[in-house]
Amino acid sequence: MQPTHFSRQILLPANHRFIALTLVVALLFNMLPMGRMVGIPDWVALVLVFWCIHQPMKIGMGVAFFLGLFMDVVDGSVMGQHPMAYVLMAFAAGEFSKRILWFRLSMQMLHVVVLLLGMQGVMLMVRMMGGGDFPGVLWFLGSLTAVALWYPLTYLLLLPQYQPVERDDTRPI
Amino acid sequence: MGSLSVILLVADLRFHTLEWVRTVVMTMTWPLRRAVHLPAEAGSELSKNLTSLLSLQSENKVLQQRQVASAHLLLRQKHLEQENRQLRALLEMKERQPVEGKIAEILYSVRDSFSRRVIVSKGSQEGIVVGQSVVDDIGVIGQVTRVFPMASEITLLTDKEQAVPVQVERNGLRAVLGGMGTGNLELRFLATNVDVQPGDILMTSGLDGVYLPGLPAAKVESIERDNSSTFARIRCIPLSGIERHGLVLILGIRQIPSLSTLTTTP
Repeated sequence: MQPTHFSRQILLPANHRFIALTLVVALLFNMLPMGRMVGIPDWVALVLVFWCIHQPMKIGMGVAFFLGLFMDVVDGSVMGQHPMAYVLMAFAAGEFSKRILWFRLSMQMLHVVVLLLGMQGVMLMVRMMGGGDFPGVLWFLGSLTAVALWYPLTYLLLLPQYQPVERDDTRPI
Repeated sequence: MGSLSVILLVADLRFHTLEWVRTVVMTMTWPLRRAVHLPAEAGSELSKNLTSLLSLQSENKVLQQRQVASAHLLLRQKHLEQENRQLRALLEMKERQPVEGKIAEILYSVRDSFSRRVIVSKGSQEGIVVGQSVVDDIGVIGQVTRVFPMASEITLLTDKEQAVPVQVERNGLRAVLGGMGTGNLELRFLATNVDVQPGDILMTSGLDGVYLPGLPAAKVESIERDNSSTFARIRCIPLSGIERHGLVLILGIRQIPSLSTLTTTP
């Protein structure tokens, strides 16, 4: 496993527990009482799309569904709104994972922003059909701030995998 | 997975059968959510403590003025209540039950961007039930729409799905006040030549059997009389601090005298 497919660096296999931990932390971040502040990213969606791209064999639509269910209760939105959007996003991210990882980070961002905006688009569609009111164009700003964090997020979430298996000070690499 | 989501959506939107899932998850995660909210609350406490003397003084002045302005009403209330009771007794009408209220605190506003709701600190353990109306010190805020054991959800007046029957204070005209979803309200279905002026105060008329009559709800801000449309476009702004955080009063369920007691003839 490499950070990107053209990278020379070889990563450790991802730890299940670490992935779960990051998703739980993202959930806690989403629980923060931000009210109607604009530009607050959907942390769960961001971390989820990250793992769907980097570990498509481990994280996929099943996890996305249950995270979405949880987010519906946290947000007080209609049941099924988040699962729907997250599942579609996870599917697309998993499908495009092989392609996306061939790009460098700045180009990856362009892919991810489309995934996140698509996810918000699905939510918007679902809620408008259910009779909700339009939250305004600024609502989409959340995805842009989320994708702006792609650089630090990639570094942070891959950090445990950068560590060598055994500590050896005489190793050449 | 996608189709499962669709089933969930239909079950919740159309048949409202998933409330128990919501209640279970909400109750299980309640301690966690309180823990997450602690830093935010600590932050707001800190900023409260750092509030300058000046703003506190000005707030104090405003409150004193409001107190003096309403003092004569309070002083005369006992007298008026007694008079009212006598008059009602004269009319042989069933006495209106005094409605008790429970004070609750607004904890946070719901993150869902498609509606306007807040969570308050009292739930079914305190006897809150769905349908109770909620007011703050200035006017109506909204209605309880969901109840959890330790908290309940209030849909604000400004929500698109909320409608309140109101009365114009100046001339007694009855209308329906609805949210616009943008933080404002509108008076719906009134003809273009209707007698409403900017600055008019709207009070609840109590016709819905939910809100007590006479609670201030909104103020008319602007009126657009467009001849091409059937109805006037009347924008209103809520009177109460709807989008602010603070203490609210959850009023008890209003008891409506049943039809038989109203129509008894001697």
